[in-house]
Amino acid sequence: MALLELNNVSRHFELRPGVVERVLRGGKTRVIKAVEAINLSVAKDEILGIAGESGCGKSTTCSMVAGLLPPSSGEVLYRDRNVGEMTSSELNDHRRRVQMIFQDPYESLNPRFRVSDIVSEGPRALRLWGEREIEEQVAAMLAGVGLPAGKYWDRYPHELSGGERQRVGIASALVMKPELVVADEPLSMLDVSIRAGILDLLKELSRQRNFACIYVSHDLSILANIADRLLIMYLGQAVEVGSVHDVIKNPKHPYTRALISAVPVPDPRVKRSPPKIVGEISRPVDPPPGCRFASRCPHADQSCSEVFIKLDTNSPLAHQAACHRLEQINSEAT
Amino acid sequence: MTDTNLLSVANLSVGYSTSQGVVNAVSDVSFDVRRNEVFGIAGESGCGKSTLIRALLRLLSNNGVSTATSITYEGEDVNSFSDDKFRDAILWKRISLVPQSAMNSLNPVYRVGDQVIEAIRAHRSVSRSEARERVEFLFDVVGLQPELMRSYPHEFSGGMRQRAMIAMSLALDPGLIIMDEPTTGLDVLVQEQILRRVREIRAEVSSSIILITHDIAVIAEMSDRISIMYGGKIVESATAIDLFESPFHPYTLGLKNAFPSISVMDNELISIPGTPPALIGEESGCLFEPRCPFSDATCAQILPQSHSVGEMHQVSCHRHTDVTELREKASKKSTWHC
Repeated sequence: MALLELNNVSRHFELRPGVVERVLRGGKTRVIKAVEAINLSVAKDEILGIAGESGCGKSTTCSMVAGLLPPSSGEVLYRDRNVGEMTSSELNDHRRRVQMIFQDPYESLNPRFRVSDIVSEGPRALRLWGEREIEEQVAAMLAGVGLPAGKYWDRYPHELSGGERQRVGIASALVMKPELVVADEPLSMLDVSIRAGILDLLKELSRQRNFACIYVSHDLSILANIADRLLIMYLGQAVEVGSVHDVIKNPKHPYTRALISAVPVPDPRVKRSPPKIVGEISRPVDPPPGCRFASRCPHADQSCSEVFIKLDTNSPLAHQAACHRLEQINSEAT
Repeated sequence: MTDTNLLSVANLSVGYSTSQGVVNAVSDVSFDVRRNEVFGIAGESGCGKSTLIRALLRLLSNNGVSTATSITYEGEDVNSFSDDKFRDAILWKRISLVPQSAMNSLNPVYRVGDQVIEAIRAHRSVSRSEARERVEFLFDVVGLQPELMRSYPHEFSGGMRQRAMIAMSLALDPGLIIMDEPTTGLDVLVQEQILRRVREIRAEVSSSIILITHDIAVIAEMSDRISIMYGGKIVESATAIDLFESPFHPYTLGLKNAFPSISVMDNELISIPGTPPALIGEESGCLFEPRCPFSDATCAQILPQSHSVGEMHQVSCHRHTDVTELREKASKKSTWHC
């Protein structure tokens, strides 16, 4: 059984025109289709990477998984229970089970809270344990992320380095003993020499404490290192999913191919030859019904802009790509 | 020798006076940029790479003071120039800058094309229509449609703004273009387009480029020679291939361990323990010593000098003679984290 399942989940935002626009130019309400008909499952104990460029809907997907944003349509199932139909006590429990680690450790910690206050805020709010127990759990958690309580208990965020702050962020998520951790670009604000340490810590803790993880990043080099499976998104659509090895070593979808070959490699002898993809990612405002990559895709034909192939929910663990023309592309490549 | 060097900088230091004392953001940095090369400067935040460039271009904030024994550009001693003379004679005309977060460097209330036209007319006495022709040509070079000259910055995407800034940096045919984190914050496909364009431009206009970034992969792909900065100093300089294939400095070895690569997926990443130095007050010894697994008593006391360890390869480390042992040990995680 999957821990988390997204069935046909979409999230749309309305873009209402201002009064002037409406009266003078007859402006109509337009719709931003930030996430469109995503099928996705996360198994217990796995790390699922979600990759894509800005505006691909990866953060919106995270918010829906964490229950911060209801989907416009489709259902988010957690342990087979629809999150949208949970009672308030079930929701409280859900909020403990699913925790987020945020991108910017300089913005996400309350500057007037001490480290111990930050980490104990969650357990206190949900009254998980008595006050003594909370203190013990928080101290143990801080030690677990490499910040011994004796030294860090009374520190304020401004006294910490970026790496230490992100460790506080991780501690305050994990102290809740979550089953699923949603990490949204947790390394992007940190220096290279620090990143590997945080990445190791997350991997190590996910093994020790048996939580599943959705790790969102635009950095495929990092995802290649941490994820078990990888989902690639483009403008709100899921275009490819599979084991991290399959997707990176043998990408199928034209977008994934372009994306992976565009990642620079830290080796001056490597000469990459990425396909020339023209243009830039746009915004999913009233998009056409088909594949949203079609307008930039060198392989696209008429059918591509008319019908979008969704990833198959029945075989969530298989390597799949949402593309009409996989066979043609493969035969051209060989 | 002087003929191949476009820019030579000797012993450049920058201090910022703050309420906590003087921050030695850059100390005693010397380097050369040759004609027609891409010279990369890599380092983490706070290593002084951006300060170095600002000092070079006399763009330091008021509390920053820079000193250098000599700075020569095309054989001319520009260190003795007054700030005004430097701005008139050098900046933009002969050395231009694509600033960090160039995406936010355009004035939001003027059309993009007009901003580049004004930049040209501020430095050259040409008519508006001549300047306009030049801008059309530049837009073409960086891959923007000439019609986009009439657009405002908010109508541009991040990648397009970056292209416009690169167009502006090319406007007066400078011999040297300094790019400070030119692709940071851009998506990977846009980054690819920009880097491809930079390579093409370099082939066409034969300018030299100083490329500053924290992204080891970008610098590996783009640069002919690379200097690694740590704590306001250059700790190692070499050709790109030498630096990646036979690094000497423990910091370079550590960076290589810590940087993920999409082509080598199963490689274990090893972080460098500790944090960079604060650079306040007088230093003694090697600044990397507190984080270095190979340091001995000398390292904490005596500042290492730059040693030549190969053709165009310099390293500032006391233990450069033990490099075989260092390289072998540095690849093991237990060396860095016990």
